[in-house]
Amino acid sequence: MAAPFDMNDDSVIVIIGTGAGGGVLANELAKKGVSVVALEAGGRYLPEDYINDEWESFGQLAWTDPRTTSGDWRVAKDFSGLPAWIVKAVGGTTTHWAGASLRFQDHEWKAATTYGKVEGANLLDWPIEAEEMAPWYDKAEKKLGVTRTNGWPGLPGNNNYKVFEAGAKALGYKEVSTGRMAIMSHENGDRTMCQQTGFCFQGCKWGAKWSAAYTDIPEGEATGNLEVRERAHVARILHNEAGKVSGVEYYDADGKLQMQKARVVCLAGNSFESPRLLLNSASSMFPDGLANSSGQVGRNYMRHMTGSVYATFDKPVRMWRGTTMAGIIQDEAMHDPSRGFVGGYEMETLSLGIPFMAAFLDPGAWGREFTTALDSYENMAGMWLVGEDMPQETNRVTLNMDVKDQHGLPVANVHFDDHPNDIAMRQHAYKQGMAVYEAVGATRVFPTPPYPSTHNLGTNRMSEKPEDGVVNKWGQSHDITNLFISDGSQFTTGAAVNPTLTIVALAIRQADYLADELSKGNL
Amino acid sequence: MTMTVLAFTGATYLGREETMTKSEMRGLTRRQLLARVSAVGASFLIGSGFIAGTGAAWAYETNHLKSEDFATLVQMARDIYPHDRIPDEHYVSAVKGYDSSEAAADIATGIAKLNEAAKKKGFVSYLDMGWERDRVDILRSMEDSSFFQKMRGGLVTGLYNQKAVWPIFGYEGESFSKGGYVDRGFDDINWL
Repeated sequence: MAAPFDMNDDSVIVIIGTGAGGGVLANELAKKGVSVVALEAGGRYLPEDYINDEWESFGQLAWTDPRTTSGDWRVAKDFSGLPAWIVKAVGGTTTHWAGASLRFQDHEWKAATTYGKVEGANLLDWPIEAEEMAPWYDKAEKKLGVTRTNGWPGLPGNNNYKVFEAGAKALGYKEVSTGRMAIMSHENGDRTMCQQTGFCFQGCKWGAKWSAAYTDIPEGEATGNLEVRERAHVARILHNEAGKVSGVEYYDADGKLQMQKARVVCLAGNSFESPRLLLNSASSMFPDGLANSSGQVGRNYMRHMTGSVYATFDKPVRMWRGTTMAGIIQDEAMHDPSRGFVGGYEMETLSLGIPFMAAFLDPGAWGREFTTALDSYENMAGMWLVGEDMPQETNRVTLNMDVKDQHGLPVANVHFDDHPNDIAMRQHAYKQGMAVYEAVGATRVFPTPPYPSTHNLGTNRMSEKPEDGVVNKWGQSHDITNLFISDGSQFTTGAAVNPTLTIVALAIRQADYLADELSKGNL
Repeated sequence: MTMTVLAFTGATYLGREETMTKSEMRGLTRRQLLARVSAVGASFLIGSGFIAGTGAAWAYETNHLKSEDFATLVQMARDIYPHDRIPDEHYVSAVKGYDSSEAAADIATGIAKLNEAAKKKGFVSYLDMGWERDRVDILRSMEDSSFFQKMRGGLVTGLYNQKAVWPIFGYEGESFSKGGYVDRGFDDINWL
């Protein structure tokens, strides 16, 4: 059977979402001869469609369907309807990510064992061993074309990086480089080399940065085994009397409700929509939502510690020129509780244009204190801090029964409170970040609060025991064998690194397991 | 700056374009124009139904707001996000959307509160207060009001998302059509 597939074809695998998880899984399964229907809520945009303009691009790509927020995080106050900056389009958030591609450190797969008991934190070890992941990371790095792997050179450092590197060295940091980036740094037949354009967050118009939208998705479609349906917004996952999933209901591009049957359903809608869908799929057999016998669906939401440091100097930097994030200091990523917190953090270069800087440098601020900062924009350098935040059961996605979306379905409410460990880590990171810039003559520094989250993890976490999480080591639901989670909501803990490489590695691995189970007739 | 003679062209609304355009008031010299208007505060000429920059480089004809109220709104916008190198016309662009039938009543109420607070401090009006710090004191006292928050929030994009403003900050904007920065100074920093 080849694409396109019939609605009543119950031999297909239905994948919800086409990002780092769903998009890669779709391609890997299609290459193995498995029939896949991938349902994507957004439209399809390719490099020729991307826009080098921050707000216009946001309007094109960002998920802006309603969500609500609660908790003590500043995002709930400053951006109450926008808890996350992620993408609604074919390719998902790989369209707008900056390309940072780091592996977990070995101990980060075993955070509970390594860190010990942390009051108020719902720490748990991943049910996966670090050694097991190495070959999958190899495949992911090859797929993404990650610099400083496979003999590929690192990207050259831009102005923002040079300031960062000089400060880092002055402080005595040793692990400083332009990092491991999924951005072409060498001539190859496939993707154009990086042209240092900036606007990495707005989609790479050269295709130099890896995005599932113009790599895995078309590759999968070319096999004839993958059918992508765009503007297909899944409303509900259906199950049969035996408690196995049987298909999905979705609103098509014309707003009509459709039903696609499925042999297996893989959910990859990112960490708000995936748990929301499971909860909205509640039935008399599953009154708490699908896959939720543990009560952990939606819980343990993590967004990384984050925060940024910007600094102004007495001379121009012009940080917007060139890649947005090719620069990293890794010296603080280790676990060293003598600093006053468990887990570690990375420091990564970051740049925003004037429009976004006005919105995010200090949300709500006004007057000369604020405008003098923007007056020095040309002389500004910046970095982003990415650290492991603590999973807390009370940080969670729930259904907001008072707010409905355009299809009449309850939206996700995202509740988040900082854990004391997160605060201690952030304070340390601010201090170190400011020190980096002061070491090379910064005249003013800005410890900027976390943005609407671009890393969203943990809400359907992996666990050894069914009572501790939602899925097993394969991302397979503990409760329903033909229901999988394929996105970052699987993460048991967040580690100190950007998640995309790990999501991709897990998806390649999950494809192997799934295809194997299918061929054995276990699914 | 050369003298420019202002003119109206009937019902043309001068403020529609993204950047201000000059217009001609038929037959009036600048001297005659000044005789018809009051020069107020820092930089505005206010006539009946229009305000203009004192250098007459731009003008805006109001639709629903009184011209004095619109001028106050422009000053308020600058006081919220003061940039001494951004000329008035960009603040006018940023707030002209409030000169609408839907917004006019709320804006007039909010402006009235600013003027009331100014009067309490012994001034004729908000625009009459010469020192920015005195005007900012009033704004700070009404920081939590929905009027202030709506203005402030709207300016984040209304002011900073104007392409004409970006070069003032040195920001170069769109890059792809120029081939990126690989040959245009992505790593040209020379003072480290």
